[in-house]
Amino acid sequence: MTRVAVVRFPGSNCETETLTAIERAGGEGLLLDYRETTLQGADAVILPGGFSYGDYLRSGAIARFSPVMQAVRAHAEAGGAVIGICNGFQVLCEAHLLPGALLRNAGQRFLSRPVDVRIERRDTVCTADYAEGDVLRIPVAHGEGRFAADEATLAMLEGEGRVVMRYVSVPGTDVAHNPNGSANDIAGICNAAGTVVGFMPHPERLAEASLGSAAGHRVFTSLISRLTRTGVAA
Amino acid sequence: MSDALRAEAFPGERPVTAEVVAEHKLNATEHAAILKLLGRAPTLTELGIFSALWSEHCSYKHTKPVLRRFPTEGAQVVQGPGENAGVLRLPEGWAVAFKIESHNHPSAVEPYQGAATGVGGILRDVFTMGARPVAVLNSLRLGPLDDPRNRWLFAGIVKGVGDYGNCVGVPTLGGEVCFAPGYSGNPLVNAMAVGLLREADLITARAHGVGNVLLAVGASTGRDGIHGASFASEDLTAESEKRRPQVQVGDPFTEKLLLEASLELITGNYIVAIQDMGAAGLTSSSAEMAARGGVGVVLDTSRVPTREPGMTPYEIMLSESQERMLVVAEPHRIGEIQAVCRKWDLDATAIGEVTDDGIFRIVHEGRTVAAIPGQELVDGCPMYSPPATESAEAIARRQRQPVRAAPSPEDALVTLLDAPTIASKRWVFEQFDSTVRAGSALVPGGDAGVLRVADTTFGLAMTVDCNARHVLLDPFEGGKGAVAEAARNIACTGARPLGITDCLNFGNPEKPEIFFQFTEACRGISEACLAFDTPVTGGNVSLYNQNPHGAIDPTPTIGMVGLLPDITTAVPSHFRETGDAILLLGRSAGHLGGSAYWAEVLDTVAGSPPPVDLTAERALQEVLIAAAAARLLRSAHDLSDGGLAVALAECCMGGPWATTTYGALADLSQHEPAVSDEGYLFGEDGARAIVSCDPANVAAIQQLAASHGIPAHYLGLVGPADETLVIERDGRRWQWAARDLRQTYFDAIPRRMAAVVSAAGGE
Repeated sequence: MTRVAVVRFPGSNCETETLTAIERAGGEGLLLDYRETTLQGADAVILPGGFSYGDYLRSGAIARFSPVMQAVRAHAEAGGAVIGICNGFQVLCEAHLLPGALLRNAGQRFLSRPVDVRIERRDTVCTADYAEGDVLRIPVAHGEGRFAADEATLAMLEGEGRVVMRYVSVPGTDVAHNPNGSANDIAGICNAAGTVVGFMPHPERLAEASLGSAAGHRVFTSLISRLTRTGVAA
Repeated sequence: MSDALRAEAFPGERPVTAEVVAEHKLNATEHAAILKLLGRAPTLTELGIFSALWSEHCSYKHTKPVLRRFPTEGAQVVQGPGENAGVLRLPEGWAVAFKIESHNHPSAVEPYQGAATGVGGILRDVFTMGARPVAVLNSLRLGPLDDPRNRWLFAGIVKGVGDYGNCVGVPTLGGEVCFAPGYSGNPLVNAMAVGLLREADLITARAHGVGNVLLAVGASTGRDGIHGASFASEDLTAESEKRRPQVQVGDPFTEKLLLEASLELITGNYIVAIQDMGAAGLTSSSAEMAARGGVGVVLDTSRVPTREPGMTPYEIMLSESQERMLVVAEPHRIGEIQAVCRKWDLDATAIGEVTDDGIFRIVHEGRTVAAIPGQELVDGCPMYSPPATESAEAIARRQRQPVRAAPSPEDALVTLLDAPTIASKRWVFEQFDSTVRAGSALVPGGDAGVLRVADTTFGLAMTVDCNARHVLLDPFEGGKGAVAEAARNIACTGARPLGITDCLNFGNPEKPEIFFQFTEACRGISEACLAFDTPVTGGNVSLYNQNPHGAIDPTPTIGMVGLLPDITTAVPSHFRETGDAILLLGRSAGHLGGSAYWAEVLDTVAGSPPPVDLTAERALQEVLIAAAAARLLRSAHDLSDGGLAVALAECCMGGPWATTTYGALADLSQHEPAVSDEGYLFGEDGARAIVSCDPANVAAIQQLAASHGIPAHYLGLVGPADETLVIERDGRRWQWAARDLRQTYFDAIPRRMAAVVSAAGGE
């Protein structure tokens, strides 16, 4: 079975529901302590949401030095699938596995609410089961989610089609479609190969119809079927 | 003096003079009781310990006889009052631990840390029962937002509550925020935590086993928060600003680690007992655990890890540094306990042991600095039964009527929706993570929060409520009403109310008119809890909420939980489909006394609040629960502040993140003809709710309601998106553009807070 590791840093707080979402999609979830130095045979790794090290200093700034991050980096560089959700996205940027940075929200306040995001790219490890242009309503909950990068980097991300999710406005809403002031309404990006993906919204929190919506479920089915298809999980 | 009670002063500490005793807020009766108990003068360390445990906050010396009259029993009760949190039984071996607590005084002088540590403390109360916290709620009360200091307090309190809960990873599933002049300078911060546990994993804070070891787990002890418990037991004055250094500082990151370590220690059966070092820190945790177990303890304060050298036993015993636990364990398990703590990057240090002599003893570097009979230390504070008499002003207030001319109903509704107490609290709860843990079925913005219990099919509903204006005008009816409103909120989701926790916020109990409010409100709460079979499982009393300008409005906040047998039947509070039928459940008598309409529109806080009909309330609950279970309802929303008109408008808005705002056409003709238009639109009679449903279900709902003796009056239909809310009554017609109402309702608080964002933004 396809095995997906979820790293628990001190202060992570979304690891349980992320593991559940993996299992619901047919994968095997593995909780990985931040002190581990290998991925213990996992085919993919997810850095979950939370407040690693209390977000002290800067979100993700301390977690990037955790022992497990060497293994994550090696896995990413070998073309393995790495996903960062919320705090995990912040860690990936801090570790320079993805470009740019996540700054304090433009409104200066923590923001917890649903956002509407459009799937901009299917060719990644975790979005293939959506159609390009699909708009999902899923929650964000962060104080530092404003994606920022220099002009050249933004141009490169747009030019290479590396924006995976973008905040969009839907008719009737009376709140700002871009919750945090992210450049180009960017909610998530990936590396050139689409194998390292980071985004601020939390698909694992809305992956079950009995709680109102399964809008995020296909992030996890996409990952599991990709891993199965490419045969990394023999 | 017996040898067992021999103790000596710590070198260099101040002698215990009459002045020092007074500084510790112990009166002559209490001082005499201490002298008699010890057979000698107390050391300074002992005086500090007495001052903490005999403070109102820890001893309940003015309120215990009243609290004893609460109904606390029921088949669902696993653990009633007296522990860190109450516990109620759920299906399939699950149980819910929950409690509410105030952090009012600290928040009045340092809103951010005061509120944050309030959340931290209540989370610890829940996880020390062996329960994993799964939700927090809060009840916040502030003075009007036109005062910049109130805006500063509000912004700081909301950020403090949010930052702490968000970091620990516990969703905020409900709350209330009210604004009234009585809270200016006296904000209330009541935080409630809800946790889930396997009933078999329940652990209590009861030290036992002579020779067992006491360990300090978590953060080290610093000089913060010394005398917090006694600070919470006095009036706020101009001097209170100087208390700011006594406000503790929170570290939610350490709390998260402590939570995980504690649950692992409990569910792995490594320990005998555990208690949070909360108010009065090491003193209350150790003394209370020992007294509950009927044993003595000896603590060596020189072994307690401290943040700075040179801390005295007095300071160590009274520090309220946060994120600390006291654990009792068998000595041979120390190694395993330390290994679990190390896994979570925490320290666990043996600092004392359980003894058989019943003495609470503190040693420091080999010197005994305190030796007090343990049971009497916890239970021996002199009790007071102050006089309770209603003030002439309160009686007169009930007779008064508004003098201002009434505006049109159109204008009145807009004024009500723009009143911050009624307006949407989206500005508040969007700062609180409400979806972490992925179990939330109904999030803030409706009547009650609902989450799914672990991987079961059932849900837990929860709410906090109190209409303090009703309590101010008639404490007995107001007390009943607070429980009734909480129960209506729970029942609107389809859940059955199970039990309550209460946070009793009042002024100075030594004033007869205040103590009258307290006793009468408690009598009302008891009566309602008996009628609903919702026992009181614990809570907190916060007195002395007053400053030189007067006392707060009496605010007995009710935290309630309820059981929803099937999570997929959870009923939201807003309209969801054009063409659905709208029904009003319950009788409308047009009672305007004590209403938001009088207060916000006519500027008059007066009159008698509506009498609470507990039989009708219970019957309405049964109708709502049965209708939800039969999947007859699309939405259900209770009527409270602002009455029918406000409730209808709220239903139309479709929730805080809705993309559809509905119109509605409600025809109130030939219904309750004796009731005035004002009374019908804005009266606050209880036991009512607005429901919407597929028109095909109207007859079934009316039949169900009739079988419980509840009228179900057909009002009309949910209208198309973005059109108008129209109310007609015997030829009169009032109408509002639904989008305009929405804008008023959602902008009311952000508009007032815009001024503070730049000033308080950088935290």
